[in-house]
Amino acid sequence: MTDPRKAAALISGGLDSLLAAKVILDQGIHVEGINFYTGFCVEGHTHAIRQKDRARPKRNNALWVAEQLGIKLHIIDIIEEYKDIVASPKHGYGANLNPCLDCKIFMVQKAREWIDGHGFDFIITGEVIGQRPKSQRKDTMPVIASESGADDLLLRPLCARNLPQTRPEREGWVDRQRLFAFEGRSRKPQMALAEQFGFKDYAQPAGGCCFLTDVQYSHKLADLWRTRGTRRYELDDIMLLKVGRHLRPRPHFKMIIGREDGENRFLEGYRKQFTHLFTTSHNGPLVLIDGEVVDDDLELAAQITARFSQGREADCVDVEIHTADGATVSKQVKPIAGDQIPRNWYL
Amino acid sequence: MSEAQLDARRMLCPMPVIRTQEKVGQLNVGDILTVHCTDPGAIYDIPAWCRVNGHEVLDIAQQDGEVIIRIKVCEA
Repeated sequence: MTDPRKAAALISGGLDSLLAAKVILDQGIHVEGINFYTGFCVEGHTHAIRQKDRARPKRNNALWVAEQLGIKLHIIDIIEEYKDIVASPKHGYGANLNPCLDCKIFMVQKAREWIDGHGFDFIITGEVIGQRPKSQRKDTMPVIASESGADDLLLRPLCARNLPQTRPEREGWVDRQRLFAFEGRSRKPQMALAEQFGFKDYAQPAGGCCFLTDVQYSHKLADLWRTRGTRRYELDDIMLLKVGRHLRPRPHFKMIIGREDGENRFLEGYRKQFTHLFTTSHNGPLVLIDGEVVDDDLELAAQITARFSQGREADCVDVEIHTADGATVSKQVKPIAGDQIPRNWYL
Repeated sequence: MSEAQLDARRMLCPMPVIRTQEKVGQLNVGDILTVHCTDPGAIYDIPAWCRVNGHEVLDIAQQDGEVIIRIKVCEA
């Protein structure tokens, strides 16, 4: 008896990749999952930094999908290489700073390298023609296959019958008649298939898995690039964009203001790297300052910090400032009035 | 059999899982790995990764804001 053929499935944690892997597993193929971590992925417990989100399910959806399928999952860190994709995508951005088509090409390319290194035969994805406006269109499907180098080793089980035959189909490794011809934005065919397979609990599909699709997040990233004069970032930069209220009162500095205890705890981990402020006479947020500040700036930052504390209506609030070079300054300030904070300070 | 430690404190998931995966890949069957995390999500994710990839969680403890998970490397 010959060993079964092996497929690497790109597992995002959503419904489509779950179904695609299941369809191929059911054809007797050995499937293992690959999940790529870019730094921009939305994870349940990244949200759970915030106290109010603690009740949300704390699970990594890709791992959960792998468990449902009974397959191994390899989580691969592509943070460094991904920076070039975000900074200058060949195919441009979607509605925000989401480089969806370049992202998909890159991930399939990495999957191609992975199957070559691990003795696997082909790659499967949960793509569906017409499902996403930027990356999942009839005309982008061959672009992904060719530019990634996967070519006809890339099989999309959910829409394969609307596409030319791939090598796994031609060679008879999989039965094309048992693949699908899903097309368009409707989720009904996927939901029906999920029911047929007995999957009742799955992550809400489509679009919500990457912070770069979020308008506000993209705005903050664009601000970061603009003020630094370069389209580069470190992992800590993009983590901090997910947390707190971001205000830029002056071009040369930004404030990151914890919105509640969970965020304050998270920001505490960054205290040594940033000038930071907190109120001592009233409960209030931990505030990090990103940028270079002088005395006048510290006065303004202290007034803003007081504004977001429980002393916002008080005449005087005590604020302690710890500068990045290790000095401590205490100030007594009147909180800035709400109407003195222009809307364009908020990022 | 050897014992190894992994400091994954201050990392947000899935980084503790990725670092665990890398470390386990360097160890031998029967070795024990102790992972120290501060992201509470690690309580769910590292055991899930172990179940999916065939390794055994020996113990999970929480103390002083840390999650400490002991893993036995198994034949994967």
